[in-house]
Amino acid sequence: MEKITLAATIDNLQQVTDFAAEKLEAHDCPLKASMQLELVIEEIFVNIASYAYEPSTGDATFCVDFEENPTAVLLTFIDGGKPYNPLEKTDPDISLDAEEREIGGLGIFLVKNNVDEISYERTDDKNILRMKKLF
Amino acid sequence: MEIKKELNGTALTIKVIGRLDAGSAPELSKFITSALDGVTDLTFDFAELQYIASAGLRVLLVAQKRMNKQGSMKLIHVNETVMEVLDMTGFASLMTIE
Repeated sequence: MEKITLAATIDNLQQVTDFAAEKLEAHDCPLKASMQLELVIEEIFVNIASYAYEPSTGDATFCVDFEENPTAVLLTFIDGGKPYNPLEKTDPDISLDAEEREIGGLGIFLVKNNVDEISYERTDDKNILRMKKLF
Repeated sequence: MEIKKELNGTALTIKVIGRLDAGSAPELSKFITSALDGVTDLTFDFAELQYIASAGLRVLLVAQKRMNKQGSMKLIHVNETVMEVLDMTGFASLMTIE
């Protein structure tokens, strides 16, 4: 398993996606899955950067691991911010028209739709979000 | 991300080049706040848009809501990666995509 810990700020987003892209490429992850994972990573990291420690700031740890048979990538985000389970968020109603649609709530919805498994736990005052995607 | 604009009368084309993510979306948001004044036909040309995240979708939704009041809006030259995100979120059915 490889991991990176850094300040959870939007400015560090690219560092996190680059870190993941490098590992995914080394494991021959197809382009389409890589792009979907990039979106997943951005949405989660940006959530942590925007809300976890608000109005202060703090660190996020991001881990990447791989499984064989079937081939899958495991992504884990850990932050020490306020308790937040993104899976409890209600999915946006995607059938509404523009006037009725709310600005927001789309990020975690995109995450759920681009991974095969996702789970949340709160342990030792930390938010731990684990995701798995087969490729 | 780079933004290029072309204004013909009240028709505005905004070309978004690169990545529309949480880092760049605020810039586009700020841009459209003033650029849409008096515009009746808005076109987003996404021929060179490689990637969109929810922060970018939010800007598109703000633009759509505004254009519903003052004219029309469409997206053109949307690539497969961006289209997948628009489809997944239902944006493909609430916006005009050519």
